[in-house]
Amino acid sequence: MSEVAPPVDLHASQVRKFKIQDMLFHQVTLVFAFIVLAALAGILVSLAIEAMPALKQFGVAFLWTDVWSVPDDEFGALSAIYGTVVTSVIALLIAVPISFGIALFLTETCPVWLRRPLGMAIELLAGVPSIIYGIWGLFVFAPLFAEHVQPHLQTALGDVPVIGGWFAGPPIGIGILTAGIVLSLMVIPFVASVMRDVFETVPAPLKESAYGVGCTTWEVVVNVVLPYTRVGVIGGIMLGLGRALGETMAVTFVIGNANRIVGSLFAPGTSIASTLANEFGEADPGLHISSLFALGLVLFIITFIVLAISRWLIQRGVAKQGK
Amino acid sequence: MSAPQQTADGDAILEVRDLNFFYGDFRGLTNVSLDIAKSRVTAFIGPSGCGKSTLLRTFNRMYDLYPGQRAEGQINFHGNNLLDKKQDVNLVRAKIGMVFQKPTPFPMTIYENIAFGVRLYEKMPKSEMDDRVEWALRKAAMWEEAKDKLQQSGLSLSGGQQQRLCIARTIAVKPEIVLLDEPTSALDPISTAKIEELINELKADYTIAIVTHNMQQAARISDFTAFMYLGELIEFGKTDTLFIKPKQKQTEDYITGRFG
Amino acid sequence: MSLYTRRILTNRIGIALSMIAMAFGLAALMWILWTLFYNGFSALSWDFFTQDTPAPGSEGGGLRNAIVGSLMIIGVTTLVSTPIGILAGIYLAEFGTTSRFAATTRFVTDIMLSAPSIVVGLFVYALVVATLGGFSGWAGSLALSLIAIPVVVRTTENMLLLVPTALREAAFAVGAPRWQVSLKVTLRAVKAGVVTGVLLAIARITGETAPLLFTALNNQFYSTDMSQPMGNLPVVIYQFAMSPYDNWVSLAWGGALLIALLVLAINIIARVLFRKKSSA
Repeated sequence: MSEVAPPVDLHASQVRKFKIQDMLFHQVTLVFAFIVLAALAGILVSLAIEAMPALKQFGVAFLWTDVWSVPDDEFGALSAIYGTVVTSVIALLIAVPISFGIALFLTETCPVWLRRPLGMAIELLAGVPSIIYGIWGLFVFAPLFAEHVQPHLQTALGDVPVIGGWFAGPPIGIGILTAGIVLSLMVIPFVASVMRDVFETVPAPLKESAYGVGCTTWEVVVNVVLPYTRVGVIGGIMLGLGRALGETMAVTFVIGNANRIVGSLFAPGTSIASTLANEFGEADPGLHISSLFALGLVLFIITFIVLAISRWLIQRGVAKQGK
Repeated sequence: MSAPQQTADGDAILEVRDLNFFYGDFRGLTNVSLDIAKSRVTAFIGPSGCGKSTLLRTFNRMYDLYPGQRAEGQINFHGNNLLDKKQDVNLVRAKIGMVFQKPTPFPMTIYENIAFGVRLYEKMPKSEMDDRVEWALRKAAMWEEAKDKLQQSGLSLSGGQQQRLCIARTIAVKPEIVLLDEPTSALDPISTAKIEELINELKADYTIAIVTHNMQQAARISDFTAFMYLGELIEFGKTDTLFIKPKQKQTEDYITGRFG
Repeated sequence: MSLYTRRILTNRIGIALSMIAMAFGLAALMWILWTLFYNGFSALSWDFFTQDTPAPGSEGGGLRNAIVGSLMIIGVTTLVSTPIGILAGIYLAEFGTTSRFAATTRFVTDIMLSAPSIVVGLFVYALVVATLGGFSGWAGSLALSLIAIPVVVRTTENMLLLVPTALREAAFAVGAPRWQVSLKVTLRAVKAGVVTGVLLAIARITGETAPLLFTALNNQFYSTDMSQPMGNLPVVIYQFAMSPYDNWVSLAWGGALLIALLVLAINIIARVLFRKKSSA
């Protein structure tokens, strides 16, 4: 090794030591990064292995079979997928406009001194454990909803063709619609935070020039902010969707846990996560437990895709900032 | 332009020969050749983006941190080419110290800021380390201000003090060359004057290479000046000569303020 | 109505709607917190912290076993996931600027941040509970670690990327090897940010229920043996809240309040700590 002559006491051994330490440091941190990667791969593989007996037995038809019968050892994922998707859609229908309003308020119209505390309140709301939403939904929201809202919805919309059936059945509070609403409350902070962050990436000169030609705040938002941040906003919505699809506790408490598909949104149903939470602990080894793993696999794949798209969109939305 | 431009007198401690530097596909330096004279102050001037900082950062292989950046050519230091792949960069950096544009105290006490670099290559008892810390702080004209707060965070000092702490930290390792990359551009005039005074005192023991965007500063403190433009070394010579009778038209235009 | 008045009106309506949305968000937070305090506060008592979970239908009792279990599981999780998360975060920030492996890891970490936590529970069940025979506190900690690690990884990486390049270069410039630059200079410079990340991870796992259902399970008795099923607050809350016994439901509210207060406190501490340090 060619080396410069040391002017002070610089040991070649010290240099070699550093080289080895640095190599070790690189390897060690790499191993830990690898653990994270391995965990995801491990989840996929182990779910697939455990789900294999069920998938062999029922085939792809598992996905669209509407039977879930423990005594008969017949299992299909349709009712759980239905409940998962419908609750998530309801949650987003409510959460997206409200989150948009919150993000709009926080970035455009809120007095500056209030921005920080309000933004923090929203972030704290995002930190509230989902089990709190669940218990609140079960004991506080559902009874109120059954007594004061559901009957009115029924009288108002029950006779309307097509959608009337959605509001049929006894107003018991517990059910798909309630689960969707509780879920929406849980998702709002996530979506609102992401939207606020992407709204903040709009360069001030761009907004100022729109204000400069006499636009109102609303016009600036509709014509400048939204088009500019479209990609990131959709990413935020997808993130909310990903959260909603996989949420267990906020849903399990209030969905009613009935493995069937009923046209009414008032009726109890189930979601993948709530089925797992309810049945897994007492499931017998064999087809039942394997089918539950298959449900988990389905959920994981769906959320993986949704979250991957979300991340891609949010990054594209934020990357614009650098342009 | 590719012919080596060498200093008129003094021993060369660094010999730069046909140095080319690349940021990916972009060429940042073209065929730079010059000598850095031992125990002298060499200043690099030129408009922003001319490659003066890039050149300085090849002397301690700082570019090694960034994939995609590479240097070709020779920088000879005690008969070894610093650019040689086999050359250990940590050792190079221990012998060729660097001070940056913004003060960069480490997030530790003032004492530890100085001891950190020393400890890397030298083992010594605590009392000797205390002496070394004091020596370095005195050299950097910081001792009086720092002696009562050695255990305080380096971040608690003012900007000018932080920069002198960084100089103390650099000389504590006992390097042969000190590279200064616009060391006063983030400082107020009084702190700047102190640092300039310090550079004047340090050149007895160290070779100093300084990048500056301030021509008066270069004229005040340096023995040799290199004027660079668009990645090329345009003119290099004694500071007096370069500022009073520049040979190249571009140099004249720059120092008389016609561009840059 | 002139064009101008119509525009002004649209603007007013838009802004009014955004304010209503904000008010709605805050009202929801208030409502949830208020009911939580209202129902939970009455359950908090000396017994709540000193007695174990009561038998079905009986009176009295507390959540001591669940509180202790939760603290132990969370403690172990924090001890496990902090070093792993920080080292993986260092890898991404320090060595991972260009490599494909790092890009993949970053992607996976982001997915794991929002992945369904119940699936993590299934994974740990298949990996540990089914093979090593039995539910245990260790399994619960493992499941929670898988949720906490991505949080620590990402905050660590993001914080390290905020370190000014000049500081890193200055550390290299005195001839320091990479590991010392990382651990003694850059990591130290962002200590507050990394601690914030760890705190946020703790806040995140404190209320996680789903991953514990099939891993730590529950234990109605006081136990500090991590290799046995272990009582923990979230699962107890879940079971008690879904039960027909008033006493259990009341304890569930108390537990929920306790968790919410813990999580809010950790969140607020994390934010205050980070702001104080980052503004200095």
